[in-house]
Amino acid sequence: MGKQLAAVVGVGQTHYRAKREDVSMPGLLREAVDRAMADANVGFDDLDAIVVGKAPDLFEGVMMPELFLSDALGAAGKPLLRVHTAGSVGGSTANVAASLVQSGVHRRVLAVAFEKQSESNAMWALSIPVPFIMPVHAGAGGYFAPHVRSYIRRSGAPVHIGAMVAAKDRQNALKNEYAHLRNPDTTFESVMASQMLWDPIRYDETCPSSDGACAVVIADEDTAAASPNPAWIHGTVMRTEPTTAAERDQVNPQAGREAAAAIYKQAGITDPLTEIDCAEIYVPFSWFEPMWLENLGFAAEGSGWKLTESGATALDGELPVNMSGGVLSSNPIGASGMIRFAEAALQVRGAAGEHQVPDARRALGHAYGGGSQFFAMWIVGADRPA
Amino acid sequence: MTATSDTTPSRVLSAPLQVAFDYTRSTGLVLGAFMTGLRERRILAARTSDGRVVVPPVEYDPVTHAAVSADDLVEVGATGTVVTWTWVSEPVPGQPLDEPFAFALVTLDGATAPMLHAVKADGPQSLQTGMQVSAVWSDQPQGHITDIQYFEPTGEARGGSPAAASAGSPDAPEGVTQVITPVELDYIYEASPEESAFFRAIAEGRLVGQRCPKCQKVYIPPRGACPVDGVPTAEEVELPDSGIVTTFCIVNVPFLGQKIKPPYVSAYILLEGADIAFLHLILGIPADEVRMGMKVRAVWKPREEWGTTVENISHFEPTGEPDADYESYRAHL
Repeated sequence: MGKQLAAVVGVGQTHYRAKREDVSMPGLLREAVDRAMADANVGFDDLDAIVVGKAPDLFEGVMMPELFLSDALGAAGKPLLRVHTAGSVGGSTANVAASLVQSGVHRRVLAVAFEKQSESNAMWALSIPVPFIMPVHAGAGGYFAPHVRSYIRRSGAPVHIGAMVAAKDRQNALKNEYAHLRNPDTTFESVMASQMLWDPIRYDETCPSSDGACAVVIADEDTAAASPNPAWIHGTVMRTEPTTAAERDQVNPQAGREAAAAIYKQAGITDPLTEIDCAEIYVPFSWFEPMWLENLGFAAEGSGWKLTESGATALDGELPVNMSGGVLSSNPIGASGMIRFAEAALQVRGAAGEHQVPDARRALGHAYGGGSQFFAMWIVGADRPA
Repeated sequence: MTATSDTTPSRVLSAPLQVAFDYTRSTGLVLGAFMTGLRERRILAARTSDGRVVVPPVEYDPVTHAAVSADDLVEVGATGTVVTWTWVSEPVPGQPLDEPFAFALVTLDGATAPMLHAVKADGPQSLQTGMQVSAVWSDQPQGHITDIQYFEPTGEARGGSPAAASAGSPDAPEGVTQVITPVELDYIYEASPEESAFFRAIAEGRLVGQRCPKCQKVYIPPRGACPVDGVPTAEEVELPDSGIVTTFCIVNVPFLGQKIKPPYVSAYILLEGADIAFLHLILGIPADEVRMGMKVRAVWKPREEWGTTVENISHFEPTGEPDADYESYRAHL
């Protein structure tokens, strides 16, 4: 038995907010799960397995939260798995759920990912001073800012590209009712005027800290055939590389390049820029849009910024990128990867509302995590894979 | 930070590492009602679809998976029956009692499933399955599970009782929506044997890396194994305390636990002869004048302050030599 067809038949999201103090952690997940199940027209009894993803436990101080969440997720009597790949975890969680259907083991699997950032402090959790070494670490921004500087140097990109991305994504977020940051006054000029936090990264070029959850229901071919608008899974991929190694390329990581090549092969894509209608990629700091455009093969090395500058990645451009507003507009870390995957599915299902790309037939969802060392992607399409 | 070592000569260095944070928990409506009840010295339970009465109340029905309504909670007694127990002869900080006690599963009167709590007793001989126990309330309930300080054998009840509750006061505060959960982890952090050798050398003012026998790349600090080739590294290579800045960022953002006052330049330093850069601090030049390719040298703290730590190097500062050619460090960006 070869790989079975699988499709996304339900998507559910919470509204992403700085603080969701009105709900417990299980309550937060259930909002997304209930919406995904309603969208898929299934109940808990129809689900065969549940896959949960979230970022490192220190982010909420709950060890193995999947254990105490099992009741709220209706997991009793079913397999309940947790996936753990740092910031890419939401994407990896969806991929693991997809593999359970593609393998023929299960017919309908619920994947859900979440973060309640307001209950902790990710900046603190990512900067624990380790004995004997120099305490210069400063959270995710401190980690990635030097690599952004490297990108700017290597590519010769004008310094305003990051602000262009941030303004575009924040404007896209105005069309997404679930987005956390919805400020109509965020413009290119306001981003450029915002404070340098981790020079060369400005305040408005960074992602917010959000509470939220996202869920998808992935189903087998028979179930999907009964759905009015399944998002067929044309490919999934995950790749890993060491955090640090001599001369490791952190601007254009090998694992990301190889993952992209592998998924395009699965999906029968030879020219991603023309064959993919829109992409929702993991951009927590604005400069990662041009960096990942190159890593994903949408642009030649050193020229991703030209695609951004030309307006090609705008909602009405040649390759709309981060139609939902992206990680820059909503960032419940553990869920952020799945939100990218879910947005890709919504687009090809024609269910993206105001931020719908007209006639999107094939879309890429992308996530990365750790020190650019974990990559997860899927390609979904309106058409059944050939 | 004080490095400690075993009494016997050890290959590795270790040091205490404490991770502590006061996490907040939004209770949601059901657990919020339970916590609010505790503040009034009342214990609320959920009645599930199959007729069970569960305390603390569950947020979702275990059979139908439907959300339980906070309005449907039922009050149960503050006395109950011990279902099973275990004796804690050596309590640790953070446990309900600082004297030996029992953790017990207690089925409260009116409930059908037991709740975990502490029972205070003279010793394990005073406990038995099936015994009756009563809640001993805190004098000042806060809306937390610790408002029940512990249970004790019925007939010995002291402290507050439901009759003394302040429920119904016209000034009753709003319901509980959040609790604070301090979490504290105390580790002994242990460096690897190769890192320990590096830290011991730096205590003598020397910078010692290791070379991969396969790819010939020099790692500093050493790893013990090459992350690319997966082979052990053994050959030690002593490196000078000068090199270049490859890339960097200027940290302007203050945050909890930060050790260096911003703004500061966190830079990747590539020592001469090394094939990987490490993060350190740049001083001796305005932050906005730091450059990629800038040649820098270590500024060491006074020798009497040295320990087995990279912090022996206070920072790196410019040597004043011309910057390195871009091509010479391009592969490190």
